[in-house]
Amino acid sequence: MDMEAAKYIGAGIAIGLGAIGPALGEGNIGARAMEAIGRNPEASGKIAPLMFVAMAITESTGIYSLVIALIILFA
Amino acid sequence: MKLEISLSPEILFHVGSIPVSNAFFWSWLVFAFLIVGAIIFGRSLKMRPSKFQNIMEMMIGGAYDFVESMMGDKKKAMRVFPLVFTMFFFIFFCNLLTYIPGQSAISLKTAGGVAPLFRAVISDYGLVFVMTMISVIVTQVVSVAVMGPLAYIGKFFNFTSPLNFFLGLMDLVGELAKVMSLSFRLFGNIFAGEVLGAVMLFLFPFLLPLPFAILGLLTAVVQPFVFSVLTLVFISMAAQSESGEGKNGESVSAA
Repeated sequence: MDMEAAKYIGAGIAIGLGAIGPALGEGNIGARAMEAIGRNPEASGKIAPLMFVAMAITESTGIYSLVIALIILFA
Repeated sequence: MKLEISLSPEILFHVGSIPVSNAFFWSWLVFAFLIVGAIIFGRSLKMRPSKFQNIMEMMIGGAYDFVESMMGDKKKAMRVFPLVFTMFFFIFFCNLLTYIPGQSAISLKTAGGVAPLFRAVISDYGLVFVMTMISVIVTQVVSVAVMGPLAYIGKFFNFTSPLNFFLGLMDLVGELAKVMSLSFRLFGNIFAGEVLGAVMLFLFPFLLPLPFAILGLLTAVVQPFVFSVLTLVFISMAAQSESGEGKNGESVSAA
C-alpha cells in the first residue's frame, strides 16, 4: 500500500469512528431537551440556548477527530 | 478544478524578514478597527443614549449580568469581565467577517503562487493557540494568587498517599490538556466550517452551500460563547477558596 492510500484510509477511519460518540451524545441532549420542553413549554426560551452550548461542548470530541483527519489529509 | 485547502495560512508578502500571512493581515485590520471604534465610541458616550449606544449598552449589560451570575461576586466579576467579553467580541467579530459576500474571490499573486487575500482569522491555529494560552495562564496565575505558591504546587505533587499522588498527577495532565481541548475546539469548528463550505461549493455551486452557511452562522455565535464561558468557568473555579478543591474541578476540565 502506498503512502497516499494509507493517508485516505487513516483519515476516513479517524473521522468515522470519532463521529460516533458526539452523534450519540448530541442525540441524547436533543431528546432530553425536547422532553423538558414538552413537560414545561414556557421554559423553552431558557432550555434552547443551554442545549446549544451543551451540544457545542459534546461536539468537541468529534471536532478533535476532524482536526486529526484534516491534518492527515492536508498537512 | 482542484480543491485548495491548507492548514497554515497563506503568506502574502514579507515586511523585512517577517512573513505576513493573510490571517495575520486580517487580524491586525480587525484589531485596528476595534481599537479605533472603541476609542471613538467611548468618547461619544452621552447621558441620553443614541440608538447605537442603546444597543451596545443592552449587549454589554446583559453580558455583564451573566458574568456576575457565574462569578457570584461583583468585585471578581468586574475584574474578569473585560478579558472574557473582549475574547467573545473579538472571536465573534472575526467570524462575522467571513460572511462578507465576495471576499473569497479576491486573490493576490505572491511568490509562492496565487493566494486568497482573505482567510477566516480564527482558522489560523497560531492566533487561537495564543488566546488559549492567555486564558490558561490567567487561570494559573489566579489560582497561585488565591492558594499561595506552596499550596499550588502541593495540589499537583501530593505525597500523603499513593492514590493522592496519582490524582495530583492526573490534575496536572488535566491542566495541560486544557490547552489542547480549548484551542482545538475553536480552531476545529471554524476551520471545518471553511472546509465544508469549500467542499460543498465544489460539489454543487451556489445552492448546496447555503444551508451549511446558515449552520456556520450558528457555529460563529456559539463557539465564541463556549470559548469565553469555559475561560470564565476555569477562572471562577481557580478563584474559589481551596475548600472545594479537586472535587468539582475534574468534571469540568474533562469537557
